[in-house]
Amino acid sequence: MKRWGSMILVASLVVSLLAGCGSANGNAGGPEGNKGKATQLSFWTFNELHAVFMDEAVQAWNEQNKDQQIELKSEVYPYDEMHNKLLIALQSGTGAPDLADIEISKFANYLKGSTPPLVALNDIVDPVKENLIMSRLENYAKDGNYFGIDYHVGATVMYYNTEILGRAGVDIDEIVTWQDYVEAGKKVVAATGVPMTTTEVTEHWSYFPLISQRGSDFFNEEGNVILDNEANVETLQFLYDCMYTDSIAVAAPGGFHHSEEYWAFMNKGGAASLMMPMWYMGRFVSYMPDLEGKIAIRPLPVWEEGGNRSAGMGGTGTVVTVQSKSQDLAKAFLASAKLSREGSINTWTLLGFDPIRWDVWDDPAMSASNEFTEYFGDGIFEMLLEVKDELSPTSITDLFPEAVSLVQRNVVFKVLKEQSQTAAEALKEAADELRAK
Amino acid sequence: MNQVLFEIKKSKKHEVKRWLNSQKIVPYLFVAPFILSFLLFFLYPILSAFVMSFQEVLGFGEVNFVGLKNYKNLMNPHYYDALSVSFRYTFWTIFVLIPVPLLLATLLNSKNLIGRNFFRSSLFLPALTSVIVAGMFFRYAFAEQATSLANQILGWFGHEPLTWLQDAKTGMLAMVVLCVWRWMGVNIIYFLSGLQNIPAELYEAADIDGANVFHKFFNITVPSLKPVIIYVVTISIYGGFSMFAESFAYWSYRSPGNIGLTLVSYIYTTGFNNADFGFASAIGVTLLGIIMLVNLVQLMFFGFFKKESE
Repeated sequence: MKRWGSMILVASLVVSLLAGCGSANGNAGGPEGNKGKATQLSFWTFNELHAVFMDEAVQAWNEQNKDQQIELKSEVYPYDEMHNKLLIALQSGTGAPDLADIEISKFANYLKGSTPPLVALNDIVDPVKENLIMSRLENYAKDGNYFGIDYHVGATVMYYNTEILGRAGVDIDEIVTWQDYVEAGKKVVAATGVPMTTTEVTEHWSYFPLISQRGSDFFNEEGNVILDNEANVETLQFLYDCMYTDSIAVAAPGGFHHSEEYWAFMNKGGAASLMMPMWYMGRFVSYMPDLEGKIAIRPLPVWEEGGNRSAGMGGTGTVVTVQSKSQDLAKAFLASAKLSREGSINTWTLLGFDPIRWDVWDDPAMSASNEFTEYFGDGIFEMLLEVKDELSPTSITDLFPEAVSLVQRNVVFKVLKEQSQTAAEALKEAADELRAK
Repeated sequence: MNQVLFEIKKSKKHEVKRWLNSQKIVPYLFVAPFILSFLLFFLYPILSAFVMSFQEVLGFGEVNFVGLKNYKNLMNPHYYDALSVSFRYTFWTIFVLIPVPLLLATLLNSKNLIGRNFFRSSLFLPALTSVIVAGMFFRYAFAEQATSLANQILGWFGHEPLTWLQDAKTGMLAMVVLCVWRWMGVNIIYFLSGLQNIPAELYEAADIDGANVFHKFFNITVPSLKPVIIYVVTISIYGGFSMFAESFAYWSYRSPGNIGLTLVSYIYTTGFNNADFGFASAIGVTLLGIIMLVNLVQLMFFGFFKKESE
């Protein structure tokens, strides 16, 4: 009797384990839903806020489309885990969600081969083309097909700590060129002892925007490696000189601008300015509360007169996968969430991002006060409208993920931190490695 | 009616039972779960990784055979960096994780120690934590502000704060410290169980002969523990070369200047960041070869194969 009891116990354990597996691998978003005729769509992301944004968008969709209700199942995974899981699901042909977020530096991995497992989004992009910052969509395009819709423009700007600059007697509106910026930096260091800025030495956000601003890139439009061209070497040398020749910059504590060390340092007034894209505003609000009211946002200084004053950086493309059983609905929903005027306004009010639809930038809703205007003051979008035509597209090729990782691990670290290689040497080495692929 | 059915069932059951109890079948039945999971989750992936190492995985469902190209690509500075980091890491972990736990185990085994059980369990506790959770703690402990744990300790000796995680030497130290903290207790358990099998008479005889503590340790304890030491060295070599989580906890998959790039993190970067599964498989195949080779040399060095030929 006892033996039977234990066998039943084992059997039920096995069954429950198998059932557990079954539900984990369950069908992601079949056409039939649980609630009446609502269609279930699944959405994977690596950012909690993106999930909040999409849940909000679904509510709006369901109010407008009574006959096509959507039940969105958002799942938030850690950054690496989500990208790996998605890559494996798409490689193996099963288990992928209907919608997913793919970060720009990983995007190329999903466009490999002749038949990418993503759905072309041209029919939802084309109708609103003239209202979009198209350079952002080029990042997720292949052979004329657009595969991802970004959340933001990611215009790179300069965040000035007006308190420190005021103490040094620097007027930020007089900083026009990078030369002016360096001169102002020297004044700040002399007057306050605080460095003008910090430079990332283990990530690429101090380097990539600068070369993009000059119209250069890691790859040219044909996809050839131009990482070691003259402009790129000169720009890296400029960063080196800021740190070691003019001594106006220091390596970012922790190595990059997303480290806890950096946030603590900056929050205490550790540096007088910071160059990062617009989406970094949220980090100020969340992690550097003591700087509220002290930070002013301005376009970047220019390399030469009339040059670009910004660069579109970073991003996350939302995609529809070919494994989705309701591709058309998923596309229509994506358009309503991210390409409509309302959706674009939500990207600002909910996420604090600069939406890719520039025609909403002067909408009254964009200047209504929220936590970002409280922190940074008004007039953010007036400034953005000024620079909207000064954003170059970046060339994303199959090798882009590897190029980014080489720049992060080798180039900027060896030149700006270890000082074990010159700008020209490090860039040549990395470029040669990419060319050999 | 029921009675008849019951009888039939019973006789059938008898037959099944007899079959299951036969000496030919039972052993296979018992090892079947292992064999099945080995075939499915180990042998099959190993074989397909081997095949994939000769392929270029172009995209989704598209593969090309490229011969030895992936193996030729191994001649690159990143691979050498990964090899060097893995070798050094394995060396340092074994350098610390054999003698120190051996000594501690001997101490913990002595009946004179007060609070023996307390020390045993507290030394073992770190092994139960997740390496990622522990890694977060160590990542902050080795942060570069003057107020971080590691820099405060340096401060007591009047040393300037260091940027621990951006330098090859201190980065290696950080990884080894995390590993030692986690695995010390496990190795102590191995050695303790070995120690308890050494007959007390040996020590009594040594006492009569007038041997001191050191004589007893080096002439009785260490030789008697040889099988345990061989086992611990073998798994430490395997553990050292397959290390990934410690490095990932500190730097994610991209450590500056490759200071934490181990062979497994190189596989991870190649496969998942660069989506180059063919090349990643080739690295994996060489890793398998390296671990087997190093362990064979080590076992030969300890005379593990001698016994059978004697």
